[in-house]
Amino acid sequence: MAKLTIPEDELMSPGHMGCLGCGATLAMRYVLKAAGRRTILSIPACCWAVMPGVWPNTCLQVPELYTPFETTGASISGIRAALDATGQNDVNVIGFAGDGGTADIGIQALSGTADRNDDVLYIMYDNEAYMNTGIQRSGSTPIGAWTTTTPVGTTGSWEKSPKKNMVAIMAAHRIPYVATASVAYPEDLIRKVQKALTIKGTKFMHIFAPCPTGWKMDPGLSIKIAKEALSCRAFNLFEIEGGSYKINMKPKKTSLKEYLFKQGRFKHMPEDLINELETDLDRAYDELLRLESLSLERAKVPDA
Amino acid sequence: MPQTIDEIPPTPINTVDSKTVKTGGWRAFRPVCHYEKCIRCWTCWKFCPDVSISLGEEGPIYDYDHCKGCGICANECPVKCIEMVPENK
Ligand SMILES: Cc1ncc(C[n+]2csc(CCOP(=O)(O)OP(=O)(O)O)c2C)c(N)n1
Ligand code: SF4
Ligand code: SF4
Ligand SMILES: [Mg+2]
Repeated sequence: MAKLTIPEDELMSPGHMGCLGCGATLAMRYVLKAAGRRTILSIPACCWAVMPGVWPNTCLQVPELYTPFETTGASISGIRAALDATGQNDVNVIGFAGDGGTADIGIQALSGTADRNDDVLYIMYDNEAYMNTGIQRSGSTPIGAWTTTTPVGTTGSWEKSPKKNMVAIMAAHRIPYVATASVAYPEDLIRKVQKALTIKGTKFMHIFAPCPTGWKMDPGLSIKIAKEALSCRAFNLFEIEGGSYKINMKPKKTSLKEYLFKQGRFKHMPEDLINELETDLDRAYDELLRLESLSLERAKVPDA
Repeated sequence: MPQTIDEIPPTPINTVDSKTVKTGGWRAFRPVCHYEKCIRCWTCWKFCPDVSISLGEEGPIYDYDHCKGCGICANECPVKCIEMVPENK
C-alpha cells in the first residue's frame, strides 16, 4: 500500500454545503490537516460561512468564529490578544476569508493586523469572484472573466481591470511570511501552512481554489484546471520568507487559451485579448524569476 | 438593549457534526471503483472535497451517504479505474 502524502486525520467532516467539486472546500480540508486541533478559525461572510451547515450542524471540528465581512483581520488580532491575556500560547489563530472579503472589503482590517505584526495566519482562498452571493466580480477577478456584474451579452462588458496582486500588497507590509498555494498541490500547501504556523508575526497565504459553479465548468475538472492555471502562468506558486523570494514549481509552459476555454466564464474572449493577457502573465512570471535570483544573490553577500 | 453582559442572549453555537447531513442525494453520477485495476495510490482520497473515500484493503471505499458525485476522483485516478455511473442505471 502506498504511503499517504498528506496527514490522514480529517478535521473537516462530510455533509457540508459546498458545491460539487468545490476548491474552497479542499483548501479548508488541507489547512486543517496542517494546523491540527489546537486551532481557532475566524470566517467572514463568504461561501465558507455557509458551508459548515445550517445550525446546529457544523463540518468544522475546531472552534470557528463567524465574523462580519470586513473584520477578519481585526477578529484574529482580537482572538490572539484574548489568548495572550489568558496565558494560552499553544493555539493557532487562522483567518479564512474569500478573495472579495480580502482583496476588497477586508483589506483595511487585514492591513492593520499586518502593520501590528500580530501573531496570526491569514488565508485568502481565491475563487476569483464573490461566489456566495451569486458570482459578482471582485478585485481578484481576472481580465476577461464573465460574472453577473461583468456581463458579456452584446456589450462585451467582461472584466476589464487586472487581478489585484494581494501577495505583493502583503509583501509590501514586510510581514515575515507570504506564500501562495493551490488545492492541486496539497503537499506543498500543507508544508506552507505548517511552516507559517511556526513563524511569529503575521503570515499571509493566497490559495487558488477553483469554483466550478462560478467558473462554469465541469466539477470534476477542479484539480486539472488548478494544475493548468499553474503551467499557463495564470497562478504561480512561490513564497516570500523574510523578504526572500522562492518559486516552488516551474512547470513547462502550457497554452493560456486552453486553460481559459475549459471554463465557460472565458469562452467569449477574443484572440487579441487572450494574447494581451498572456503577455501580461509572462511578464509577471519573469518578474518573479528576477526577484528570486535577486534574493539568491543577496543571500550570498555577507552582512556588512 | 441589554445593559449587562448577563442580559446578552447566548451566542448560538453549532455543535452537531455535519456527518448527520446526507448530501448523497445531490449525486447524479456514482463513482464505482474497479478494484482489480486499483494500485492503492490514494490520489482519489487525497482530492475528494467531500471526505467520502476511506482507505480499504482493495481500494477506495465510498461513503455514498455523502459523496456528491463531482467526478474529481475518477478524473485524477492515474490508472483510470474509477467509473462514473449514472444514478438511474
Ligand atoms: C458588509 C457586507 N456586505 C455584503 C455582504 C454580502 N455578502 C456575503 S458573502 C459575499 C461574497 C463573498 O465573496 P468572497 O469573499 O470572494 O467569498 P466567496 O463567496 O467567493 O467564497 C457578499 C457580497 C455581507 N455579508 N456583508
Ligand atoms: S459557489 Fe463556488 S466556492 Fe462557493 S461552494 Fe460552490 S463551488 Fe465552492
Ligand atoms: S465523486 Fe467527488 S465527492 Fe464523490 S468520492 Fe469522488 S471526489 Fe469525492
Ligand atoms: Mg470569492
